[in-house]
Amino acid sequence: MQSKSLTLKALDIVSLILLAVSTYLALVFAPTEAVMGQVQRVFYFHVATAWVGMLGFIAAGLSGIAYLRSGDPKWDRIEVAAVEISLVFFFIAIVLGAIWARPVWNTWWTWDPRLTTAAITELIYIAYFMLRQGIEDPDRRARFGAVYTLVGAVSVPITFMAIRLFRTIHPVVIGTQSAEAQGGFNMTGDMKIAFFFALFAFTVIFVDLFWHRIRIGELADQVEQLKLKVMR
Amino acid sequence: MPTPSHASFAKAVAAVAWKDLAAELRSRELVSAMLVFSLLVILIFNFALELDIATRRSVTAGVLWATFAFAGTLGLNRSMAVEKDRGCLDGLLLAPVDRSAIYFGKVLSNLSFMLIVEAIVLPVYSLLYNTNLFHPGLLAVILLGSIGYTAVGTLLSSMAVQTRTRDVMLPILLFPVAVPILIAAVKASGGYLSGADMQDILPWLNLLIAYDVIFTAIAFMVFDYVVEE
Amino acid sequence: MIEVHKLTKRFGLKTVLRGLDFEVQPGEFVALLGPNGAGKTTFLRILASLSRPSMGKVKIAGYELPGQAAAVRARLGVVSHLPLLYPDLTAQENLEFYARMYGLTEYEARITQVLEMIGLEPRRHDLVRTFSRGMQQRLAIGRAILHDPEVMLFDEPYTGLDQDASAMLDEVLKTVAAQGRTVVMTSHDLARAEDLATRFDILSRGVIAASATRDGLGKKNLLSFYKQALAA
Repeated sequence: MQSKSLTLKALDIVSLILLAVSTYLALVFAPTEAVMGQVQRVFYFHVATAWVGMLGFIAAGLSGIAYLRSGDPKWDRIEVAAVEISLVFFFIAIVLGAIWARPVWNTWWTWDPRLTTAAITELIYIAYFMLRQGIEDPDRRARFGAVYTLVGAVSVPITFMAIRLFRTIHPVVIGTQSAEAQGGFNMTGDMKIAFFFALFAFTVIFVDLFWHRIRIGELADQVEQLKLKVMR
Repeated sequence: MPTPSHASFAKAVAAVAWKDLAAELRSRELVSAMLVFSLLVILIFNFALELDIATRRSVTAGVLWATFAFAGTLGLNRSMAVEKDRGCLDGLLLAPVDRSAIYFGKVLSNLSFMLIVEAIVLPVYSLLYNTNLFHPGLLAVILLGSIGYTAVGTLLSSMAVQTRTRDVMLPILLFPVAVPILIAAVKASGGYLSGADMQDILPWLNLLIAYDVIFTAIAFMVFDYVVEE
Repeated sequence: MIEVHKLTKRFGLKTVLRGLDFEVQPGEFVALLGPNGAGKTTFLRILASLSRPSMGKVKIAGYELPGQAAAVRARLGVVSHLPLLYPDLTAQENLEFYARMYGLTEYEARITQVLEMIGLEPRRHDLVRTFSRGMQQRLAIGRAILHDPEVMLFDEPYTGLDQDASAMLDEVLKTVAAQGRTVVMTSHDLARAEDLATRFDILSRGVIAASATRDGLGKKNLLSFYKQALAA
């Protein structure tokens, strides 16, 4: 059983540093926004985590197709890792979104297209794991997972467009000008630094976690194999 | 010796669809279950929403589509369960035809069942609430929405039926990915019922058609992976 | 007629068939015997083209699986312990359905012929749900020979049949064999197998552990041959 490679260990440290720096930039360095106050700082992480969720989403879709075409179980491991990470990060993004929305618009939830689509994507992910749970045969589990990932990956963008269409025809009920994540303020130079740095930092964190999760999947498979050998 | 050809693809699709319809004609189990369920759902909505006539008009489309969605999963589940339980799916897979012929045959029969139920629910709803639902536009929307729903639903029910948690699995898999159909169908239906402009309704119709085409194509391409071992 | 070379089948990390070799000449009636869990059903499903080999070659009637699966299926008749019949259709309708699925034209005469062969002609317009298990099994065989297949596979066909039904099934199987078809049958019932088959293969631990023709058995009876093969 291989131990963590040097690159991965280095990446771990880099990720932690980047996270620390990003936190500093978001919470201390960036100026306080005039209208919304301190709570606006949540926005930096809200967008960054949603961005990571998106990366995971795309990775999952692509690895699903790769698995169906090649049958190589490594794509299945990658797919599971991608879905897990995306599930967690979209959830964090949604929670941060709620924390931001409450003081600013006096509501925990806005039915805006992005947030709603993220929530629906979460439901698809949960369905994905429930589907896999109910299947014994690993090969079938991987195939079904890949098929559902594909179906989900295609339906989510369509869902987003549908909800957006829904909103343009029906005015926003909440009563604010814009329920979009970036709406409501303009970013100054320093804010932009914090914002883009957060995106960068979280992308690195995504790669780090992704790598870890895939590695765990490989190790788990090896354990299964060894178990079977011993049981004989 | 019989060998697969394009002619027998269409014949296989027709054979599978006919088989389901003939069996259902005799037992009437599926359609009656879907029908009774639909009426019960409308009943529940009636008390749950407790509306005056004006508000009711605006939710008719929503109530109808919620009903169709729930009843639809019943039909999709049952249709696949029959194949699985008696090993008939193997019988279908043993035939020298393209797997997608099985898919299309199933979609045809599932669609027929859904349309039959909708055809009965519409007049009943019209009578109960004294509204006229026989707008040709509405009927077109119901057709388009049902096509998309059964196209995805048939694919997903083929997977769901092979899991341990069979009956519960289908709605969990289907509803999140069927959201675009539901939104578009409700909006378009509502548009026709309230006499909205065609230009307001058209984007929704386009969305429905696009969804139908895209997902039928996807299901056609991946169905093999779902039934083969 | 059937050539299997180094067939391996894995379910995830579990290997069920390990480099199995198997050959059947046209007209042979092979009884495939073995303990539960030996992989008989898995093997038969692969021959039936319902399951894909993980490794190895399978050739039936000159066509390779899985590449030329459709050609194989047209020449293959399969009877499993599940009837593969639709309960809400009549015997006639079930056969008509399968005739269409196999691309047969002008099948009315053939259906009558088959019904007579299996002794179900008087019940042709009765719903299959009214049939006893024995009758359903006979109809299942009828379905399997409708398209005049060169090769027939039977997976535990006597499961759940009483004495009378089993005796009738014997007759049908003898007729099928006499028609020159190649037959592979798995069974737990050694006495029946001894009666019907021309060759006996023992499947144990994922490979064919022993094989003997009826003449080759000579003085030994099947039971001792079977026990010997498993002990090895």
